[in-house]
Amino acid sequence: MGNNVLIVAEQRGGVLKKVSFELLGVGARLAARLGGQVEAALLGSGAGGLAGTLGQYGAAKVYLADDPALGTYSSEGYANTLAALIRQAEPGIVLVGATALGKDLAPRLAAKLGVGLASDCTGFDLEGGRLLVTRPIFAGKALAKVKLVGDPQVATVRPNVQPVPEPDPGKSAVVEAVPTPTGTVRARVTEVVAAGAGEIDVAEATVIVSGGRGVGGPEGFAPVSSLAKVLGAAVGASRAAVDAGWIDHGHQVGQTGKTVTPNLYIACGISGAIQHLAGMKTSKVIVAVNKDPEAPIFKVANYGIVADLFVVVPLLEKEFRALLAE
Amino acid sequence: MNSIVCLKEVPDTETRIEVRGGKVVEEGIQYVVNPYDEFALEEALKWQEQLGGSVRLVCLGPERARESVLKGLAMGADEVYHLSDPAFLGGDAFATAKALAAAITKLGGYDAIFCGKQGVDEDNAAVGIMLAELLDLPHVSVVTRLEIAADGTSARAEREIEGGREVVETPLPAVITAQKGLNEPRYPSFRGIRQARTKPYTLWGPGDVGLDASAVGAAGAKLQVVEVVPPPERPAGRVIPGEPADAAKEVVRLLRQEAKVI
Repeated sequence: MGNNVLIVAEQRGGVLKKVSFELLGVGARLAARLGGQVEAALLGSGAGGLAGTLGQYGAAKVYLADDPALGTYSSEGYANTLAALIRQAEPGIVLVGATALGKDLAPRLAAKLGVGLASDCTGFDLEGGRLLVTRPIFAGKALAKVKLVGDPQVATVRPNVQPVPEPDPGKSAVVEAVPTPTGTVRARVTEVVAAGAGEIDVAEATVIVSGGRGVGGPEGFAPVSSLAKVLGAAVGASRAAVDAGWIDHGHQVGQTGKTVTPNLYIACGISGAIQHLAGMKTSKVIVAVNKDPEAPIFKVANYGIVADLFVVVPLLEKEFRALLAE
Repeated sequence: MNSIVCLKEVPDTETRIEVRGGKVVEEGIQYVVNPYDEFALEEALKWQEQLGGSVRLVCLGPERARESVLKGLAMGADEVYHLSDPAFLGGDAFATAKALAAAITKLGGYDAIFCGKQGVDEDNAAVGIMLAELLDLPHVSVVTRLEIAADGTSARAEREIEGGREVVETPLPAVITAQKGLNEPRYPSFRGIRQARTKPYTLWGPGDVGLDASAVGAAGAKLQVVEVVPPPERPAGRVIPGEPADAAKEVVRLLRQEAKVI
């Protein structure tokens, strides 16, 4: 296997996901140390136009797998195509975004190649020319430093942790069309249903406003959602609020929900149970609003306000509105 | 409709995880059935009630996991195959999937395999999908809704993606990995708990599933843990004093001027 790093670019509907650029950034740093280059695999139907953008963000080469059968993601079609490409290109490292698509694809790809997988990694280093990655376990209650045996070394990269490299309009990638042996696709996506208009997923948000037991009921999420809207934020929730049936599970942050790393996490009426803290403790800045000064959430919050969320959250909204209007 | 459910035991999510000497300290940990595996088992039991057939459990884990396995039997599973030999332990997702695939191949006669979407210990979220690949089966992961055709030959599943959900149709047999929201797992009944200890319980070692001890567990792992460290501590937070209106104003100012996130 070689010294190159192959990243799997992710696009939906002809738009590259931000994680693709984050992967190029990590890939370029590792490839430079290995004496190789970062390359991208771009799969889709008529997605070739995106190769130029990948080049500007650092890809030296783009392997383009363009096929109507790849227009909609399928684990089998994507894994078969990528496995063939990897056997031919022989990268030493393969990086995939730890997104809904990447988390579905990478285990199948790794098993097909007969190698292991390091999932949802947050730190990347090299030791003796081999990857040494850091990955949170127990939803972040501990960090494991792991190495992979065998080649290629396949890892998924947690979104919103790695910096996006500066694009260089002067750069471009060599584009190489590759075969698309998608094979028989048995599990097929027949429909994609979008969530409510304007709703942002907690997994993708840079700002999250979350409600917990303190919101008291489904209608108690109104001020939380209203603040989220002003900030262009996602609405999160604690397990207590989800288990009470006040809000859908898709919003849950924590060990049996989503692990998030936004720039700003505003916890409203959340006490800070250990399994919730595990899912949001790596947020860059945490604000907590809670009536109980002893609530564990204040131990991790950069800024805390001890007061009723129904009083404070509308006040925060008013202040943010004023600030953002400046 | 014959199902196989993969079940593992994990530390309770309320457990504090302590790290010492590069490892997780095992003393004092309270173990439970992996929460996502409970959704997997509930779904298998639900479809058994509607379409008939059997629900078999396969567990890879130490002898200690028997208590969790018994809970699965008490919920209603028919029998269990427990890969409890020490050779199976300490593996990564790949070695675990390989052992499970060998066990499931030996069992045969299944229409669906249900797994939790991830174990809440190592958080690989990989075993179920690797298992599908090793058995040459389709899979649908992170499933929040499932419908199985009355003839048991196909399924329609919904899975969570960013900003929405995907509808996936697949022939059976297939591997389904369960997400929270798929169902509400039942509590074992008193009768179920009483019956659990009388149900068939088979212990298997590597040889029983046709594998060499060197191919499974820690020896067969492709991912090696160099060390485990505690997460970095967050700097001590501060409570902003004053009336709510003043505190709110100050926090927003700090977010802009000090933290620079707004």
